[in-house]
Amino acid sequence: MASLIPCPHCGQRPREEFTVKGAALVRPAADAGRNAWLDYVYLRDNPRGRYDEHWHHTSGCRRWLVVTRDTATHEIEGARDTAARTETVE
Amino acid sequence: MTSYRLDKGGLIDRSKPLSFTFDGKGMIGVEGDSLASALLANGQMLLGRSFKYHRPRGVISAGASEPNALMTVAQGGRTEPNTRATMQELYEGLVAQSQNRWPSLNIDISSLNSLLSPFLSAGFYYKTFMWPAGLWERLYEPLIRRAAGLGKATYEADPDRYEKCWAHCDLLIVGGGATGLAAALTAGRAGARVILVDENAMIGGGLLSETATIGGVSAVEFAGRTVAELESLPNVQVLSRTTAFGWYDGNVFGAVERVQKHASEPRPEVPVERLWRIVAKQAILAAGAEERPLIFGGNDIPGVMMASAMRAYLNRYGVAPGKSVAVFTTNDSGYTLARDLEKAGLRLVAIVDSRRSGATAGVYEGSARIINGGFVPDAEGGKALSSITILQDGRKEKLAVDSLAMSGGFSPVVHLAYHRGGRPEWSDAEATFVAPEDHKGLSLAGAAAKASGLAGCLEAGARKAEALLGKLEIKADPAAFGAVEGDIVAAPTKPVWIIPGIKGKAFVDFQNDVHHRDIGLAVREGYGHVELAKRYTTNGMATDQGKLSNVNAIGLLAEARGVSPADVGTTTFRPFYTPVSFGALAGTSHGKHFQPVRKSPLHDWAVKNGATFVETGLWYRSAWFPLAGEKTWRESVDREAKNVRRNAGLCDVSMLGKIEITGKDAAEFLDRVYCNAFRKLPVGKARYGLMLREDGFIFDDGTTSRLEDERFFMTTTTAYAAGVMNHLEFCAQALWPELDVRLASVTDQWAQMAIAGPKSRLILQRIVDQDISNEAFPFLGAKDVSLFGGKLSGRLFRISFSGELAYELAVPAGYGEAAADALMEAGNEHGICAYGVEALSVLRIEKGHVTHNEINGTVVPTDLGFGKMVSATKVDFIGKRLLEREGLNDPNRLQLVGVVPLDSGTSFRSGAHVLEKGAEATLENDQGYISSSCYSPHVGSTIGLALVKRGSSRHGEEVQVWNGLLNEFTAARLCHPIFVDPANEKLKG
Repeated sequence: MASLIPCPHCGQRPREEFTVKGAALVRPAADAGRNAWLDYVYLRDNPRGRYDEHWHHTSGCRRWLVVTRDTATHEIEGARDTAARTETVE
Repeated sequence: MTSYRLDKGGLIDRSKPLSFTFDGKGMIGVEGDSLASALLANGQMLLGRSFKYHRPRGVISAGASEPNALMTVAQGGRTEPNTRATMQELYEGLVAQSQNRWPSLNIDISSLNSLLSPFLSAGFYYKTFMWPAGLWERLYEPLIRRAAGLGKATYEADPDRYEKCWAHCDLLIVGGGATGLAAALTAGRAGARVILVDENAMIGGGLLSETATIGGVSAVEFAGRTVAELESLPNVQVLSRTTAFGWYDGNVFGAVERVQKHASEPRPEVPVERLWRIVAKQAILAAGAEERPLIFGGNDIPGVMMASAMRAYLNRYGVAPGKSVAVFTTNDSGYTLARDLEKAGLRLVAIVDSRRSGATAGVYEGSARIINGGFVPDAEGGKALSSITILQDGRKEKLAVDSLAMSGGFSPVVHLAYHRGGRPEWSDAEATFVAPEDHKGLSLAGAAAKASGLAGCLEAGARKAEALLGKLEIKADPAAFGAVEGDIVAAPTKPVWIIPGIKGKAFVDFQNDVHHRDIGLAVREGYGHVELAKRYTTNGMATDQGKLSNVNAIGLLAEARGVSPADVGTTTFRPFYTPVSFGALAGTSHGKHFQPVRKSPLHDWAVKNGATFVETGLWYRSAWFPLAGEKTWRESVDREAKNVRRNAGLCDVSMLGKIEITGKDAAEFLDRVYCNAFRKLPVGKARYGLMLREDGFIFDDGTTSRLEDERFFMTTTTAYAAGVMNHLEFCAQALWPELDVRLASVTDQWAQMAIAGPKSRLILQRIVDQDISNEAFPFLGAKDVSLFGGKLSGRLFRISFSGELAYELAVPAGYGEAAADALMEAGNEHGICAYGVEALSVLRIEKGHVTHNEINGTVVPTDLGFGKMVSATKVDFIGKRLLEREGLNDPNRLQLVGVVPLDSGTSFRSGAHVLEKGAEATLENDQGYISSSCYSPHVGSTIGLALVKRGSSRHGEEVQVWNGLLNEFTAARLCHPIFVDPANEKLKG
């Protein structure tokens, strides 16, 4: 029904404007081991609680954000630009 | 006797009659009536038939919790089934129909179900209709569905408008009773941004049925004055007829406003309903408390209703429930009604009080007979109540009454507070389930939070508003009100879950016809857990969501299991609090506004040329251009395809995704997102690119041209245009923010057309100012060009999807139609034709070019013969590492191959599977499948592209193509996937 995401560029905006990609992981180096790559592409922690996710403000500023969200309560702790050009906003 | 309208009293205007019909019968109500009160005023107590047993039912409540008085209101496209008569305001000309009866409400044949009731107990669906299983779909389910049901929705289109909107406030107050009004006044006077929502037409909640006074004025007048002050404050918005139905993440509340559901003629410029999403910094739930029914035999007979409801009909609507009334109560609140009934001059036969000690001293000073320590085990009557049986100290007595009020205590309405998780807890002291007052962002106040009595609620509301505004650093003084007089404050009493000595059916859930023995049965059969009992008995699963039944069911479960209700707990609270119409949820997104339509800048050109359109995603694409005399789409498509190979054709390709990529590191960026090399692509050249996913599979393809050293122009497939843009932005922002690269989607900025065929150069040269000879502008050239003698600039690409000599010309979108017209005119003497996506598809299949039919998420570059394109020297690109996996390099993988039928008179379709010659159609024998197919006018038969095991080394092998849907086998031969000009001479010529 509704949910708000604090975009560091646009302010509080409804979830419908965003697209979630999944866990905000760090891409391994090109020469990292096979397992590091398999983990990156296929394995997810699926924690109950705090989780950093990549969200795209698709119908807004079109920036990719790292949104810190509680997977159990859906509460959003904050969001920052993935390129870290802004501070985390709440 | 029946109910009737009193001569005076109530918040109705007797001078303004409103005519309406019920089951075709004309009736008169007055302004201020609800449909329920108007029906009662007309003596109509039988309002519907029950869900399972088809028992006669009347009205039991006066508000949102109504389980019985559901009817179909209005006609044609406005028909709304399952409307609660208690919530529907009366309007002139209203048409209401009762539900779930046949042939009529009075004579209902399915009421025989009552006689079958021993077989219709809880879980009967599972027990009775176990076998033969085959009869379920054909016999049992249709029968049950016909017999048990609610109103029917209409198939006609809804003529009305709906809309959605957002609102923001400091404090949202849900409920406009004493608590909510006190809170709103406190916050409004402090200057806070306040929204007050109430589901009724008139704000005031319980105050509107109240006979007490506040500060020397009647409760009704107090409510009116307060609302007037609130509406005078610019920072306060009062929304009546608005139900807050859900509490969501981010402290967003969903509410639906019934703007014109009470209007005879809805004004077309105003929506009938409005869906609100309200973002509140803080919110107060002041939804009050729900009175609990008592569970005795015949407690569903028309004439039996909640005490608070009877009081509302009496005081607010001026309707008397009957001539001789009895009250059955477990607490002091029943005496408030008794007092008002006597004041209105009704005959109060008896007050049956389950407490041996009777009413609290001083509460009742009337003259009615009081039976302390008494119960009503049974009520009697058919379509109307005729008598009740009273049990006191083992003695039974029958009393003739035509109406009975019941009060089993109160449950706070805490629904909204648990939409985001959690459950309320049982309190022995309060004799109900209670919620903590403060949740993050939402607090409860008033009767929803244990406060009782008008004075208590007024104070609680004011104090809560002050406290919550304090959190927002807004200073507020709690509104103060004068003394309350004449209010009976009922203290909680021990609940009486089950009345002793019941003979008849005692209903727990009225709407779903669950009676007290069903609950016991559920426990005996092992379904005693509250969530299991709910599903097994269907208690609380009807459209009323068990507003009247859930707590009683929990009490009965507790008794049957010999535990406290605390050990039983509640079921889960979920939105919506009350039903919300699909119209409101859809808002403006219906009919042609269901989704946006994307039209190419060449759309009008295509229309002009007689195109037949096909919807692909949001796009309207020209599919083919029939000429006079062509009878089938194939005739047109064959002609277009042949003409392109013989002369020339023009096709709209504007819907391809177009992305402009600039910046110092643009080339490096492309090198990383494509699996093939792009860094050294010369300026003025286009290159086909393959984009992989990180797991090594192909994501999308397209051409990218280098227009300047630091400026590239990328095209993507139509379907993946948005996905590729999102992906590139992810790569640029999240993976490699250090790269200097800018991305701009320019899909809508350019009209792009393919001009293909041996005569395409001749035609193009007529409008392009520069030399485009093969020497000056060879295959894969890409450059800015000037057109029409310098009047227009465009971009020209020498790329070919058809395999012919071909170009793609891009011009600014607004000039697309003019440029296409000019090309058609220039090409006229050379036999140019317009061609659509069908012919485009034929041409590309003939040429063995892949689309997302082949790039379907399961293929890697080698599967399509693109293995050599994958860069072996680049350090990194998306998909590089996992593409190295053994399984993705297995020679047994499905590979792209062409397929032709042995007999050109036979055919096959995409999706059909390839089997070895003579092999049975089994999973083990499966060799792959046809990914694309068409009739090729060039080959003279059906041709296909297929993904087949080791396909690239099986050219020439005879196979069979199996269509599993039709069980058809077609003998065919695997072949090279390029059917036309395999040496690529035409496109380079």
